[in-house]
Amino acid sequence: MNTGAVLALEDGTVFEGKSFGAPEERAGEVVFNTALTGYQEVFTDPSYSGQIVILTNPQIGNYGANEFDCEAGHPYIEGLVVREFSPQASNWRSQENAERFLSANGIPVVAGIDTRALVRHLRTRGVMRGVLSGAGGDAKALVEKARRIPSMTGLDLATRVSTKASYRWDTGVDACSPSDPVAAAAAARYHVVAYDFGIKRNILRRLAHVGCRVTVVPAGTQASDVLALKPDGVFLSNGPGDPEPLEFQAAEVRKLVGRTPVFGICLGHQILGLALGGKTYKLKFGHRGANHPVLNRVTGKVEITSHNHGFAVDPDSLNANEIELTHVNLNDQTLEGFRHRNHPVFCVQYHPEAAPGPHDSHYLFDDFVTLIEESKGR
Amino acid sequence: MPRRNELHRILIIGSGPIVIGQACEFDYSGTQACKALRADGFEVVLINSNPATIMTDPELADRTYVEPLSLAFAEEVIRKERPDALLSTVGGQTALNLSVELAEAGVLEKYGVELIGAKIDSIKKAEDRLLFKDAMRKIGLEMPQSQLVNQVDKGLEFAERIGYPVILRPSFTMGGAGGGIAYNREDLIEILERGLDLSPVHEVLVEESVLGWKEYELEVMRDVADNAIIVCSIENFDPMGVHTGDSITIAPAQTLSDREYQMMRDAALRCLREIGVETGGSNVQFAIDPRTGRMVIVEMNPRVSRSSALASKATGFPIAKIAAKLAVGYRLDEIKNDITRLTPACFEPTIDYVVVKIPRWQFEKFPGAEPVLGTQMKSVGEVMAIGRTFKQALGKAMRSLETGKSESAQKYDESLIQARLITPNPDRLGYIRFAFEQGYTVEQVQEITSIDPWFLRQVREMVDSERELKRGNLETATRETLQEAKRDGVSDSTLARFWGVNPLDVRAKRKSLGVRAVFNRVDTCAAEFESFTPYLYSSYESECEANPSDRKKVMILGSGPNRIGQGIEFDYCCCHASFALQEFGYESIMVNCNPETVSTDYDTSDRLYFEPLTLEEVLNICDTEKPDGVIVQFGGQTPLNLALPLKHAGVPIIGTDPENIDLAEDRKRFGRLLDDLQIPSPANGAATNVAEACEVARRLGYPVLVRPSYVLGGRAMVIAYDEESVRRYMQEAVIFSQDRPVLIDRFLENATEVDVDALCDGKDVLIAGIMEHIEEAGVHSGDSSCVLPATSLAREVLDTIESHTKRLALALHVIGLMNVQYAIKDGTVYVLEVNPRASRTVPYVSKATGVALPKIAVGLMLGKKLADFAEGLAGVLTAPKYFVKSPVFPFNKFPGVDPVLGPEMRSTGEVMGVGESFGEAFAKAQLGAGTPLPDKGTVFVSVNERDKRAAVEVAKRFAGLGFQLAATRGTAAAMQAAGLKCKTVFKVNEGRPNAVDLLKGGAVQLAIYTSTTGAHSFSDEKAIRRNAVAYRVPCITTMSGARASVEAIAARRQHPVRVWSLQEIHAAKLVAGG
Ligand SMILES: Nc1ncnc2c1ncn2[C@@H]1O[C@H](COP(=O)(O)OP(=O)(O)O)[C@@H](O)[C@H]1O
Ligand SMILES: Nc1ncnc2c1ncn2[C@@H]1O[C@H](COP(=O)(O)OP(=O)(O)O)[C@@H](O)[C@H]1O
Ligand SMILES: [Mg+2]
Ligand SMILES: [Mg+2]
Repeated sequence: MNTGAVLALEDGTVFEGKSFGAPEERAGEVVFNTALTGYQEVFTDPSYSGQIVILTNPQIGNYGANEFDCEAGHPYIEGLVVREFSPQASNWRSQENAERFLSANGIPVVAGIDTRALVRHLRTRGVMRGVLSGAGGDAKALVEKARRIPSMTGLDLATRVSTKASYRWDTGVDACSPSDPVAAAAAARYHVVAYDFGIKRNILRRLAHVGCRVTVVPAGTQASDVLALKPDGVFLSNGPGDPEPLEFQAAEVRKLVGRTPVFGICLGHQILGLALGGKTYKLKFGHRGANHPVLNRVTGKVEITSHNHGFAVDPDSLNANEIELTHVNLNDQTLEGFRHRNHPVFCVQYHPEAAPGPHDSHYLFDDFVTLIEESKGR
Repeated sequence: MPRRNELHRILIIGSGPIVIGQACEFDYSGTQACKALRADGFEVVLINSNPATIMTDPELADRTYVEPLSLAFAEEVIRKERPDALLSTVGGQTALNLSVELAEAGVLEKYGVELIGAKIDSIKKAEDRLLFKDAMRKIGLEMPQSQLVNQVDKGLEFAERIGYPVILRPSFTMGGAGGGIAYNREDLIEILERGLDLSPVHEVLVEESVLGWKEYELEVMRDVADNAIIVCSIENFDPMGVHTGDSITIAPAQTLSDREYQMMRDAALRCLREIGVETGGSNVQFAIDPRTGRMVIVEMNPRVSRSSALASKATGFPIAKIAAKLAVGYRLDEIKNDITRLTPACFEPTIDYVVVKIPRWQFEKFPGAEPVLGTQMKSVGEVMAIGRTFKQALGKAMRSLETGKSESAQKYDESLIQARLITPNPDRLGYIRFAFEQGYTVEQVQEITSIDPWFLRQVREMVDSERELKRGNLETATRETLQEAKRDGVSDSTLARFWGVNPLDVRAKRKSLGVRAVFNRVDTCAAEFESFTPYLYSSYESECEANPSDRKKVMILGSGPNRIGQGIEFDYCCCHASFALQEFGYESIMVNCNPETVSTDYDTSDRLYFEPLTLEEVLNICDTEKPDGVIVQFGGQTPLNLALPLKHAGVPIIGTDPENIDLAEDRKRFGRLLDDLQIPSPANGAATNVAEACEVARRLGYPVLVRPSYVLGGRAMVIAYDEESVRRYMQEAVIFSQDRPVLIDRFLENATEVDVDALCDGKDVLIAGIMEHIEEAGVHSGDSSCVLPATSLAREVLDTIESHTKRLALALHVIGLMNVQYAIKDGTVYVLEVNPRASRTVPYVSKATGVALPKIAVGLMLGKKLADFAEGLAGVLTAPKYFVKSPVFPFNKFPGVDPVLGPEMRSTGEVMGVGESFGEAFAKAQLGAGTPLPDKGTVFVSVNERDKRAAVEVAKRFAGLGFQLAATRGTAAAMQAAGLKCKTVFKVNEGRPNAVDLLKGGAVQLAIYTSTTGAHSFSDEKAIRRNAVAYRVPCITTMSGARASVEAIAARRQHPVRVWSLQEIHAAKLVAGG
């Protein structure tokens, strides 16, 4: 610990700081997240695989880590970049400190660097590839490595992180305190098949909570096999990487549209976009945080939402006669959600399951159930 | 829903005088509201009795009424101005309460005024603890169990049931006065009895204690479309049991995971919706059990608050400004974020730094008050610091406090550690650090204090690294060592102390090694978007975001944390300096560390540096900005103390030369100057030890006034009537004297005191105001009422005062403002002191004369001449009516303290009364100050020999007005001798029923009481004064005050309720002045 750690970017920029976590060397796309809380959820969100994450909150690790706030079986970030990393964990739910949580999973941390300068750099130049070495090393060599790693564009990470075998999920949301007013989970009424492109547990918990028995299937599952499971609805999960190479998934999803209600989140939203003939593009530095204002065009209300995406669907590429744009980001006017005019299909680019982030958008899970009910009624 | 175009005229109610718990944060919110509404084309009518505020400037509203915040006067303003709506939520509890009164008295209905911001039933639901409890239960939020009781035994019953300790809250007492924590039966009986006694409805809430739980606050906003956001989360360093206003607080919350934070966020939003706050900001407080995570809601305030001011400064999100816009119909997503410009205000700010607030207390000014902290707020001010890490922020906050005692002088006693940690007190943080130095572990300290281990660990690490640093020295200090130290918030002067060198050496060394401060921006978004507002804080990061302009620029040094003697008046001056600079085409740069103020609003100056006012930080800013000039005369004593060091460091100070400022402060040299000018001053001398002091005192003759050098607000100043008290003083005083001698003056008895503010351009002098004090010299200028224009001074006395003032200003080469205090005894005009800087009275004089003095002062500092100003400024400014300024005291917060007035300033705020006669103005000032004079009833008189004749005269006039008279034996005799009907009353030690019994029984409406032996007050005198305060009976301690009162009551009979706006009063001048 506290030997030097180095973060080298493909443009030659180098930051040196204290090393925490595993003394490993990891490479990935360097991105920043501005959420003030929820570092553990970020560590364990599969959508971050292939990425080295900068957290702009300067004090990270304060409340330790616990088994309940994991969004997957283990952390997925390649590496962590923070201003200050706390070995002291203070919280009634904490089971181990954040450093052990990461090092146990071989993830390096560089602390003590000027994260604000780094963020300003990425904001103006755009996200770029980088290498984080928890064991120091020659800066020049690391920059070279950074230049050699594959770019995120065109990269299919979803199938890599997806489950190999399908499994059932039926546990809902638990309370984090005696005062946490978590309503009792609804009785399981519907069977939902969820495509796992890197699915977050809180999506599964939320689905179970509103009364869905979930069967999680691998990213490579064919539409026919999905329909064979007689789902009341299909869910398309979040996930890492570029949606464009996911042609197979887009094609299969196309087959599902009109056959069963479909709800997509994040990468799922992008795949739906592609499936319905739209195009996706890479954002300069993406949206990663828990404070983005999203306008729901249908209700006219603004939701404060949780974000984690580097790509987006181009609204102009969608057929306006088929598709209704339902959600828009008020910071940069990018598309945040749409629904099909003729079929029970809707999706959002952001994360209604939060974790981390505000709960303003939980209603979308109820909407999904309503949609299922309606289409059963028909 | 967009702007409500059917509204045109909006009435804003301010928060009145500065009191503990309600300070200039409401000038900040009110000023923002005025600016926001006017910028949007609304007409703003403002009522606020506090003349020291920026918001009461004629420029900030269309109609500004500096009038008492009472039902009658507010109604008169409404009758006259006919506003369409009343914005009730930006003037603190005072405005909220007055709004409710106006609504319930049917005034709003009568004149068709709509209450905007918060509706009446929302206010009630939030304010009434029982209604609130029900509302919270309804939405599934827990509160501590509680029960309203009106008998002690009922309270005991309940306490036995829920178990001790319990929290006691008397209903409807000012600022929760009389509340407290009962740890056992005895406490309960004592506090409950007192509480029931103090509660006008004889009712106290007994509440389950959650002492030691983690305390949090969320600042929430909501618009008409039900869009709601959390602006900021604040975590208290001090757990439940210490009022948030007295707690060290941190933003953002540090020890909550996302699950727990979101649970709190959801709860806050549910609370807001249930209470029904439709438009605006609210503050919701929570407590969390650190062992189980159980969460209870403590309270919610349906208005902007002290914390929302803090949150605004901490995030760059202007809550009050947005709240005002929401109140007139805008939706959050229709308002732009000023800082990023491109993104909307409908989002949740995120920050990439840590903010620490530390309160400032002044128990030392209230002998008899125990310096302990509890559920009732006692601090008089606060500082905020921004750092990239908690350590850096805490370090900066601690040095922003200017406790006067230099760190090295801080004395800690090992045997006191336990006690100082167990009972929260102003020095607890200091003792925690000391405990760690003594080897205490985090666990041990947590055990005793219940403070979260994460915070303790941070403090512990700071102490450890300082221990490391102590081992080193300047020569061998490496770049890394210095960089680390600076990144952890260690000051140059601390390092200098460790290494036995001068702070400037440390500075030179680190700069030579490239360890320089850079400046980061507060941008609401953690750098995700570009920031367009230069709102900056220093750090030791890798890049500087200041990018200073190449315009002509002047830097203003603010006044730091509010404290008694140095408060909002100086912020008024600094803000005006900034406005003036912009008007004169200069870029204005503000430096201050007080989150409550208007000066630290990023909207006030071109550039804002939120930094401690220390030599180190100011020099860092100068390195970056290279200002053409720095103004030190507007921030009170704080910047003055930096003037010389800054000058020597080559910083261009504009205005009066620091050397001359120093001359005026240096009694010896100044004495010589007075001799040269042949201007009399009280005979005086200096002493550095007891013997010397007694010697000097004997030479001057008693009574004498003793004090340390270099203090503001008469700190530690006493009148000694004999050698005994001189000795006592010398023993105690030395700690404050900071190696400077104790000053001893002949004390002038029954002298009339006069305050003079003047402007000088080096050639001509303008006398802005000659204020005659109501109380005689010996009562601190800041604590006595005064009147403009002077009413009883002879022409030749005025002439002498004018010529003295002019000669002094020229002799001191004053450029800008100067304040002189005189005492007039037997026709002779003595100089008490000269302050070559803006004084406490500048805002009051500016409002009375209609001339913004700071603006002209800035002009002069920039090289203009008095003659250059349109106002045709020459000779003496006139005040077109009578303007009385009266002080407001915090005695109700310090039960047991003797509320007698003396040479040490103790008032926290002031009000102004305007009238066609002195009496009318004085009556209004007294009403505004919360001590309304009675219309009828009994006047109790008890005066010393000296005052008997005067007392009889006054008594005659009271009798003439139909008052009954009661007096203690001696005084009664004198009255009866003069043929007055007068009831004789026992003194406390004479038997019962005595004077105090009458006070308690409500048999006395006004008390006139002068000390029999000056300094020494007998127990019964104290008892009378104390109970007068407790039972809110106006108690007048000087004959001049008594005369003023009877005159006021008489005048009020003629004209009970008349109001004038500043714009009417100064119509002519404001046009001319432009
Ligand atoms: N039940 C309680 N147990 C322990 N401390 C309490 C309790 N209720 C309030 N306090 C403390 O008293 C302080 C003031 O209480 P609060 O209800 O916020 O009154 P105010 O209106 O003066 O802010 C709080 O900040 C908290 O520290
Ligand atoms: N020689 C004196 N005789 C009578 N009263 C005095 C004398 N000197 C000071 N005072 C009283 O003490 C108060 C404070 O003294 P001052 O020198 O103004 O201190 P500060 O710097 O706190 O204003 C004055 O306002 C005045 O009422
Ligand atoms: Mg409170
Ligand atoms: Mg004075």
